[in-house]
Amino acid sequence: MKPTKKRDNRKPAKVQICLRVNGEPVEVAFAPHKTLLEVLREDLALTGTKHGCELGECGCCAVLVDGRPVLSCLALGVALEGHEVTTVEGMAEGAKLHPLQEAFAELGAAQCGYCTPGFLLTAKVLLEETPQPSREQIKKALAGNICRCTGYIKIFEAVELAAARMAGKPAEPSKESIYGWR
Amino acid sequence: MLRLPKFRYLQPKSVAEAVRMVSDGGPDALFVAGGTDLYPNMKRRQQVPKVVIGLAQLKQLRTTKGKPAQGMVLGAGLTLTEVAEDRRIQHAYPVVSKAAELISTPLLRNMGSIGGNLLLDTRCNYYDQNYEWRKGINFCMKKDGQICWVAPSSPRCWAVQSSDSAPVMVAIGAQVKLISSSGERLLPVAELYNDDGIHHLNKRPDELLTEIHLPPTNGWRATYWKLRRRGSFDFPVLGVATCLRLTGDGTVEHAKIVLGGIGSCPIEATLSEKAIIGKRLTEETVHDAAEAAYSPVKPLDNTDFATYWRKHMARYYVACTLRELGGLPQGLPHPETENSVPALRVFSSGPFS
Repeated sequence: MKPTKKRDNRKPAKVQICLRVNGEPVEVAFAPHKTLLEVLREDLALTGTKHGCELGECGCCAVLVDGRPVLSCLALGVALEGHEVTTVEGMAEGAKLHPLQEAFAELGAAQCGYCTPGFLLTAKVLLEETPQPSREQIKKALAGNICRCTGYIKIFEAVELAAARMAGKPAEPSKESIYGWR
Repeated sequence: MLRLPKFRYLQPKSVAEAVRMVSDGGPDALFVAGGTDLYPNMKRRQQVPKVVIGLAQLKQLRTTKGKPAQGMVLGAGLTLTEVAEDRRIQHAYPVVSKAAELISTPLLRNMGSIGGNLLLDTRCNYYDQNYEWRKGINFCMKKDGQICWVAPSSPRCWAVQSSDSAPVMVAIGAQVKLISSSGERLLPVAELYNDDGIHHLNKRPDELLTEIHLPPTNGWRATYWKLRRRGSFDFPVLGVATCLRLTGDGTVEHAKIVLGGIGSCPIEATLSEKAIIGKRLTEETVHDAAEAAYSPVKPLDNTDFATYWRKHMARYYVACTLRELGGLPQGLPHPETENSVPALRVFSSGPFS
């Protein structure tokens, strides 16, 4: 009789780290070669952050680490021990959406919506650092996020609308940018 | 889904510990700072280290020291955003901050380090592909294969040096500090590179790049022009870094013109330099220098754009950098400031024909 090959059923060793995710302390265990993107989606069930190219080219997976927008597909989970991570789930305060989220929804700046979490977080940091950005500054700040649906114009308009509202200006979307207007 | 291969991740607390870890790890150990070059390569199985030594938490590598008059020292772990936004660097070394700002996207600049950009792996259309793609062509000599697909009869690899900071650092005469368990050495950046796609660095794997020593600001001026397909985000298919020192009457006393993105290492356009040294910058001398940049440029068909067009653009970009530094009118808009590459327009109008 042929000896049966012993199968290795042991699960790979996991590492355990503590970090803050969306303001809350989190303890999570995962395989040490996982990226932050995989940890967020698979181990913390925060699926708002999207898988895109996974090579750092598209900006889909952008999250904030200590307030800076970075690509979670190229950040190693274990390297983030003790850091503060903000995902798109952390943008709304309770049931109240962030002004950027509202503006994106109103203006149709999200079509298929896959790139939207990355855009929202990158734009959030832009508005924190530059509350009244010019169109050129918005373009530069969002240069690392790729959208295949909107052609970007709606996204730029939404960021401008949110910026105006956050500055307390009475801003309404222009009629032309609302679907169905004649 | 692209997953990283399994590896051991180590987090040293000091440079000395990092250097010890890499010598213990042997050839299978690699350093990682931002990870924006290494991790994509690992996901595509182009590089598969057994041990990865993370440097991001080492504060020693993220300091800026010294005064411009004596030469500033940049920590190799400074992110590209930090280099691009540092007021002192912007003021004293505008070419360095400008080159850093032209690299990739804001998100990647928040992660990638200036040292990592200098040590960027060479790139090639036949190499920067996922494992299955490369398996489909039976691999190439840079990883797992025998042949160079861009020049099949060639005994060497022709992958392209695609860093924006490399030609700039070579042109201004910067140096890098390399530390290993057997000591440390200061190496001119020009000597850091080899003309070979596989062995493109004169750095031993156990050496850690810790500092970049910028030269004293004593009257030289430099600029960098980058050619790429998309204005917002692409590797250079041509980069021209030019550094000049002019005398009071505008005569060129010292000139370095370095071309990146067209070979396996930054290439110095010595004939172009000779064409302007000892002369004033006029449309004629600029034209001569630009013509002389045509022959050393031998791009191969392993990156974006047609090779003959990139060769032509080397002439054009050398002229543009010289006009900018010499205060001559450009005639055509700067592609970065005008947010458009005047590619087709330039080509069809043929500025040197």
